[in-house]
Amino acid sequence: MSLLEITDLTVTYPSASGPVLAVRGVDLAMDEGEKLGLAGESGCGKSTLALSLLRLLPRGARVAGTIRFDGEDILTMGWGRLRAVRWAAASIVFQGAMHALNPVRSVGDQVAEPILVHEKVPKAAPRRKVAELLEQVGLAPSTARAYPHQLSGGQRQRVMIAMALACSPRLIVADEPTSALDVMIQAQILRLVDRLVTDRGISLLLISHDLSVLTSACDRLAVMYAGRIVEEGPAGQVFSDPLHPYSSALAAAYPRIGDATARRNPQGLPGDPPDPSHLPEGCSFQPRCPVALGECVRTDPPLWPAGPARRAACVHVRDSCPGAAHG
Amino acid sequence: MTTPEGDIGGQPAQSPILSARDLRVQFAGGPGAGRARAVDGVNLDLYPREILALVGESGCGKTTLARTLLGLVRPWSGEVWFAGKVLSYAAPSLKTYRRQVQLVLQDPTGSLNPRHTVYEAVAEGLRIHGARALGSFTDEAAKVADALSRAGLRPPERFFLRYPHELSGGQRQRVVIAGALVLDPQVIVADEPVASLDASVRGEVLKLVLALRDDSGLSALVVTHDLALAWNIADRVAVMYLGRIVETGPVEKILRSPEHPYTCALVSVISEARGKEPVILGGEPPDPARIPKGCRFHPRCPALASGAAVAAGVEASCRGIDLPILPGGSDARVACHLYPISS
Amino acid sequence: MSAAQAPAAIPSPRRITWTRRTRSLARFGREYARHRAGMWGLAVLLVSIALALAAPLFISARDLSAVTAPGSPRQAPSLHFPLGTDAYGRSMVAVTIWGARISLLVGLAATVMSMVIGSLVGLLAGHFRAWVATVLMRVTDWFLVLPTLVLAAALASVLHRGVGTVIIAIGVTAWPGTARLVRAQTLTVEARPYIERARALGAGDWHIIRRHVLPNVMPVILAQTTLTVSAAVLAEATLAFLGLSDPTRVSWGTTLQLAQQVGAVSAGDWWILLPPGLAIVLIALAFTLCGRSLEAIFNPRLAAGP
Repeated sequence: MSLLEITDLTVTYPSASGPVLAVRGVDLAMDEGEKLGLAGESGCGKSTLALSLLRLLPRGARVAGTIRFDGEDILTMGWGRLRAVRWAAASIVFQGAMHALNPVRSVGDQVAEPILVHEKVPKAAPRRKVAELLEQVGLAPSTARAYPHQLSGGQRQRVMIAMALACSPRLIVADEPTSALDVMIQAQILRLVDRLVTDRGISLLLISHDLSVLTSACDRLAVMYAGRIVEEGPAGQVFSDPLHPYSSALAAAYPRIGDATARRNPQGLPGDPPDPSHLPEGCSFQPRCPVALGECVRTDPPLWPAGPARRAACVHVRDSCPGAAHG
Repeated sequence: MTTPEGDIGGQPAQSPILSARDLRVQFAGGPGAGRARAVDGVNLDLYPREILALVGESGCGKTTLARTLLGLVRPWSGEVWFAGKVLSYAAPSLKTYRRQVQLVLQDPTGSLNPRHTVYEAVAEGLRIHGARALGSFTDEAAKVADALSRAGLRPPERFFLRYPHELSGGQRQRVVIAGALVLDPQVIVADEPVASLDASVRGEVLKLVLALRDDSGLSALVVTHDLALAWNIADRVAVMYLGRIVETGPVEKILRSPEHPYTCALVSVISEARGKEPVILGGEPPDPARIPKGCRFHPRCPALASGAAVAAGVEASCRGIDLPILPGGSDARVACHLYPISS
Repeated sequence: MSAAQAPAAIPSPRRITWTRRTRSLARFGREYARHRAGMWGLAVLLVSIALALAAPLFISARDLSAVTAPGSPRQAPSLHFPLGTDAYGRSMVAVTIWGARISLLVGLAATVMSMVIGSLVGLLAGHFRAWVATVLMRVTDWFLVLPTLVLAAALASVLHRGVGTVIIAIGVTAWPGTARLVRAQTLTVEARPYIERARALGAGDWHIIRRHVLPNVMPVILAQTTLTVSAAVLAEATLAFLGLSDPTRVSWGTTLQLAQQVGAVSAGDWWILLPPGLAIVLIALAFTLCGRSLEAIFNPRLAAGP
């Protein structure tokens, strides 16, 4: 059984000009210990999806569909159970480590907090655990006495990871954990996360706009566009042989060094990412699509199976895999 | 669009349009810290019709170097040369200089005054410099329209009365570029021009920079942490570490077969997705207020850690002897004790 | 490509600026109209100002003279004198309406003075940093810790007694708060990348202050102005009540002072005390309501809640 199973998830935000569909019918499953990368640009709904996993969406957002975590429906469970699931079973690492840490409390106190909240232990006990956690994320135990402003961006992100690990969760959701960091620090953090989740068999949902980062860190990739998943498959295959034209564009945005076709030839898409409140007719990618057909204006293609463990939402995929339309 | 490799980059016969000569910039450090040597001796040449990528981690001094080249920061010592003349910091000559060398910043949202329309944002340079800046145009609005359409915002009149918040990120960056183009500069200094843009929009803005070079003969210094960007558009690359250029040369040479251990690590990290084993440097980006003795990279150097430096018999030099400052010019050069120092 | 593109299609720069200004003014008007408290404040202000301006049309000098006052002293309200008469026998209606002239004049003039000083100091200290800022902010701090009323009282007693003196006394003491506020806002604006972009375009200090800093600081100044007016009206009343104003001019403060001198408080002659007192409260409240609404429009984050 999958650890996480999202079925037909829809998230709607209210706005002055009527409801806005941020996530439009997402199906996604993650196995125990699996590392899944979720790619997409700003406004594609990937952060909304991440927040909805733990019901952290702002008030007013309407969620439909089911999110099963270990068989339990997150969307219908009571508050007490939900609190137990947050942190203890699944935890989130956010992008802005600067803002997610409380500036007036020491790092040690903040790492200890989830332990105190979720495990009934005496107040003094977590100190040892905190030191242990900090060491595991590559920080000196003395860091516990430091305040967030005394740490660098990379160190703060390590603290966030220590906090996420504090209650030995089974799933970690990391929303752009490294995009504010330098390439070298980014590589350090990704390697650290990779080692930690692999050693403990934790599942990882890594969210980023950079397909190459996801490919190096994850087993499987899902590409999101305008609130839907447009392609899904094994990370290496999606990156090197994308089926959806949007995935190709994302893969080409950060070229490989030495790739002669990218030299003095940057690849981009015309137009801008769509506004969720004014989605185009038919396939939402069609206005920017270099290979759009006449029918794309009329029909929004579903995710078709495209080879082993691969799915893509593009009419070209249907046409190239004849069995796909019925699969 | 694709040009045969290497036919534009590096034209040593030409004289550079913009140069840094032994440039040093220092800032007062925080309490207890010494002076931060943000730029610590840099020679750099930008040739006409060249795109030069200045690459490095945050805190390496690349942004300070760019601002010094723009005349926004005064060097502590050394000189900035433009078109064969030393940059003078007297107000009138600085103002003339500003017309020739333009800045494009990372964050297009912050670079535009939210209270100004697109028209006003683009016309700002013209209003500062008055009639001189109009060139062959008779009318400010026509010149603004021309700059907008050169920046890819067509038809330009449609954008005149828009406010920045009504535009997408890519369009905002085009407005910022149009605001620079309107003064007909010879050089554009772009500080992380696509870092805050969406991945799919990034390529379009980079295409624009390439097109400006090809069509209008602009030179560009692109400051970035992103080596893939250098591969996408630059002719030449200069890698900066802790206030110095540590390796420089044509993009094909430096990115395909880097020599400096720092460049090797940077290249390996972004190639990781392709299955290569990355060289991940430990530690944090170092502090310009505490530049290590000897080679400034030696505390993090993988070649020193792996024993390659010992094998080559240069370990003592790595730890004790500072490397000479690389000269400018367009040839490939590296500042590392492992390689014979070319002069 | 577009150098030759039909110039007829391109509106003139002046037209563009004009369109932008009228549009943003209309948008501001619509937003302000949504603030009910602000609209009430504005209505009260407009009525008071209209009354104050029109006062000479229906109140004559005879009505206000202590010698030729129409009634007998301290008459309780009656049909003829709806709010009674003061210690000289003048109609309290006339006195209160006439008092608005001085109160509003002093309040507005002193505010303009303090806003000009405060904004200038704040802008310069925020823009130039270094020693200019150090000197200016030291001076500001010095004024800030001086007890305003004492300083104003001292100034008013040293200088020639009169409305002008009161204006100066309030004006030179009320600006430090504004200066600090404007400086803080200036620093915020100066940290924005568009300031650096303007510098790289070749802009000088004057251009940056005029085109970028001032328009972004102006809303704060405007909101602060309305709040300062109410403080200045109160300060005027206080100074007049303390006898530091020109006693021959009718204002709300002098009226209250007169009432106090003749023992209206102990005698329970409420009609002499209430009208000027309430008028002061009403005007101060009206300006404050307008100011808060402006603040809420210009800086929505301040207006938490509804």
